[in-house]
Amino acid sequence: MILASIADVAAYHREFGLHHLRQINVKSKKERSVKQTHTFINWINQRMSYSISAGGVTWQFPDLKTLMAKATPLRSGDQLAGVCAETAQERVAAQMTLAELPLKAFLNDVIIPYEDDEVTRLIIDTHCFSSFKPVSTYTVGDFRNWLLSEQATTHSLMSISKGITPEMAAAVSKIMRVQDLILVAQKCQVVTAFRNTIGLPGTMSTRLQPNHPTDDPTGIAASILDGLLYGSGDAVIGINPASDNTEAVSNLLFMLNDIIEHYEIPTQSCVLAHITTQLEAANKGVPVDLIFQSIAGTQAANKSFGIDLGLLYECKDAALSLNRGTCGNNVMYFETGQGSALSANAHHGVDQQTCEARAYGVAREFDPLLVNTVVGFIGPEYLYNGKQISRAGLEDHFCGKLLGLPMGCDICYTNHADADQDDMDSLLTQLATAGVNFIMGIPGSDDIMLNYQTTSFHDALYARQAFGLRPSPEFEKWLQKMDIFNEQGRIKVASELPPPFSDITLLKDL
Amino acid sequence: MSAKHLEIKNKWAELSRFTDARIALGRVGGSLPTSQLLSFQFDHANAQDAVHIPLDCEQLISDLDTKQPKVLLKSKAENRAQYLQRPDYGRKLSTESLEKLSQFYNKERYDIAFAIADGLSSIAVQRHAPNMMSTMLSHFERKNTRIAPISIILQGRVAVGDDIARALNAKCIVLLIGERPGLSSPDSLGIYFTFDPKPDFNDANRNCISNIRDGGLSYSEAAAKVVYLTTESLKIGKSGVDLKDNMAPVIENDAAAALENKFLFPIGKTDRK
Repeated sequence: MILASIADVAAYHREFGLHHLRQINVKSKKERSVKQTHTFINWINQRMSYSISAGGVTWQFPDLKTLMAKATPLRSGDQLAGVCAETAQERVAAQMTLAELPLKAFLNDVIIPYEDDEVTRLIIDTHCFSSFKPVSTYTVGDFRNWLLSEQATTHSLMSISKGITPEMAAAVSKIMRVQDLILVAQKCQVVTAFRNTIGLPGTMSTRLQPNHPTDDPTGIAASILDGLLYGSGDAVIGINPASDNTEAVSNLLFMLNDIIEHYEIPTQSCVLAHITTQLEAANKGVPVDLIFQSIAGTQAANKSFGIDLGLLYECKDAALSLNRGTCGNNVMYFETGQGSALSANAHHGVDQQTCEARAYGVAREFDPLLVNTVVGFIGPEYLYNGKQISRAGLEDHFCGKLLGLPMGCDICYTNHADADQDDMDSLLTQLATAGVNFIMGIPGSDDIMLNYQTTSFHDALYARQAFGLRPSPEFEKWLQKMDIFNEQGRIKVASELPPPFSDITLLKDL
Repeated sequence: MSAKHLEIKNKWAELSRFTDARIALGRVGGSLPTSQLLSFQFDHANAQDAVHIPLDCEQLISDLDTKQPKVLLKSKAENRAQYLQRPDYGRKLSTESLEKLSQFYNKERYDIAFAIADGLSSIAVQRHAPNMMSTMLSHFERKNTRIAPISIILQGRVAVGDDIARALNAKCIVLLIGERPGLSSPDSLGIYFTFDPKPDFNDANRNCISNIRDGGLSYSEAAAKVVYLTTESLKIGKSGVDLKDNMAPVIENDAAAALENKFLFPIGKTDRK
C-alpha cells in the first residue's frame, strides 16, 4: 500500500500535469481513471527507486531500464553497452527485484520515453487492457508461475497476448530458465497462412534460402532444386540478393514466381532486398508475394534500416492489394536479432534482449506470416559463444510466441564466434521441442552469399525424424505428389531425380 | 561386406558447376554422409583460422601500385581479441593515427578518399585489395579526380572511414574491407561507399558492394559500381538507402538470359504462363 502526501500529489501534477495523461491512449473514463492511478502509483514507486534486500545487502536500481538490463543473463552485447550487472550476485538481486515488480508497472513506466520513440508510442497506444485483465494483478514472478501452471493453456495464453507488452515478456523471460522458455513456448500456438498454413501443432516449416554471391540465376536454381528435393521451402523460398538493384531483384522474383506456378508449389516467394526496392518492384507489376524487412525495437534503430512505421503500413497495404495469397493474407516477413539497436547506436541504454522484444511489438502490428530471429548472425560482440546464442534464441522464440507472433529462428553462427555445429544442433533440438514455426534450410549449412552457417536441409530432416515433425500440410501433400517424401513423411528421393524433375533444362548443357 | 550401399548419392551433383553451394551432398537416412561431415568441419576450421591471421602491411604496401602516398593507421582496438569484442573501438582511429593523418589535410577538398581495412579477413585484403585499387584508380585518374592519400587501417571496421574522410577533408570515402570469412570464401572483399560522412552517420548512409573474390564479383564489375555510386551521389548529394543502385545489371550468362530463367522447367517448356 502506498500512502501519498498532498505535497506528493501536487508535485506529481506539476511534473506531468494533463500533458502526460493525454499521451496515453484513453478510450473510456473508467480506463482513464485506472491509467491515471497507475501512472501516479508508478511515479511514487519510481521516486522510491527499485530495491531489494538480499544476503544482508540492500541492492538499489535507479530506474526500470537499469533493473531490466542488470537482470539479464550475461551476454557480450550488454557488456559492450556497459549496461550489464557488474557481478553475478548483482544480476540475481536484480532478478529478485524484477520478480517483485507488478506487471502494471510496465504500462506506466516506459523504458524509452513516449515522446521520443514511435515504437514506445505503438506499444502503449495498442495495449489491450481487457486482454491484460486476467494477469493484471500479478508481479513478474507471479506471471512466471502462472505461465508454467495448468491454468495457462494454449487458449488462455493466446487470449492474453494483446495485453502483454514486449517489456513484460522480456522481463519474465529474464527470470526463466531454458526449460521454462521451452515449456511455455510449446503451449503457445500461432498459425499463419498465405499459400499454405504454417505453425500447426506437430509441424515445422523451412525457409529455402538459395543464396548466391552474384545472384547468378543458374546457381540459385540449382540450390532451389536441391532444397525442394530435400523437402525444404514451405515457409518461403527466400533469396538474400547480393544487389539491391530493382531490375535484378525483379528478375529473381519472376524466376521464383515461374517455378512456384509451373510446379504448383503451395508456398510463397520473397527476395529480401530493402523494403523500398520491393515496393518499387510491386508497383511495377512484378509478382511480389511477401514483403520482407529487418526491423528493430527502437525508432532510431529502424531509422538506421531506412524505415519507419509509416513505410511499413504503406508496404503492407501494397502487398495486400496484390491479393496473391490463397490460404490466408499474412503478407509480411520480418527479421530481427538481438544487438541490432546497439549496433546502430540506437539502444537508449536498454539491454539488447528488451530491445529485441520491442521489435516484436513492431512486428505484431503488421500480422506477419513469418518472424525470424537471426540469432547468431550479428557476431560475437553481441552474443559471444554457443551458450549465449542458444539462450538468446530461446528467449526470442518465447517472447515472440507469447506476444502472438509466428516465430521462426535462423539457428546460426559466424566464423568469428566461439560456436560450432554442435551448438547449433543443441539449439535446433531445443527449438524443435519448443515448437518453433520454421527454421532455415540451406545446402550443407553454408551460406555462400552471407558468409555464415545456418541449418541445412539435412538438419531439418533430423528434426523431423527425431520429433516426428511434418511440413505444412499443403506442402507435405505436394512433396508426396512429387515423389519427394513418402506417406510417413520421410524423404524418399534417392540417387535419381523424381519423374517431374527428370528432364529439367538445367541438367542439360545450356 | 562393403558399406557403400549405406550412402545415397545424388545424381544432380553435376549442377555443382553452377554454384559453390553445398548441393547434392547425398544422405545416410536423412543425415550427412561421413565424408561430407568431415569436409565441412575442415572448412570451418580454415575459416576460423582466417579471422586471426594478421595483415602483412609491408607486403600490402609494396603490392599497392599507386601514385598516391600510403598512410598506415590503427583503430582504437589494440589487438584481435579486443577488436572482436569492441566494435566501437574498431570504428574509431587511434589518437596517434588521427594526428598522422591530419598532416595530409587538404584545404581544397579531395574528391575521393580510399581506405583499406583488414576487417575480419586479412586474406581478402592481401589477395584482392591491390588489384581492386588499381582497377578503380585507373577509372578515376582518367577523369582528373583529386584523390587523397590511400589509408591502410589495422583492426578497422567500416565506420572508421568516416574519421578518415573528415581528417583528410574528402567529399566521399571508398573503404575496402575483409568481409567475415565464409566456409567457401575466406577471402571475400567488401567495399563501402559513404558520401560526405557526418558524425551521426550509420549504415543507412552507406552503399555496400559485397563478395569481391574469385567466383564472386569481379574487380571490373565492382569498380564500375563504385564509379556509378560516386557519380550518382554527387547528383543527389547523399549516399545510402536514398541512392538506389539502378545500374543496368551485367548479364554475363547469355544462354541463361535467353532461357528467361526457366532452368527448372522440363526441356522445351519455357513459355511464361
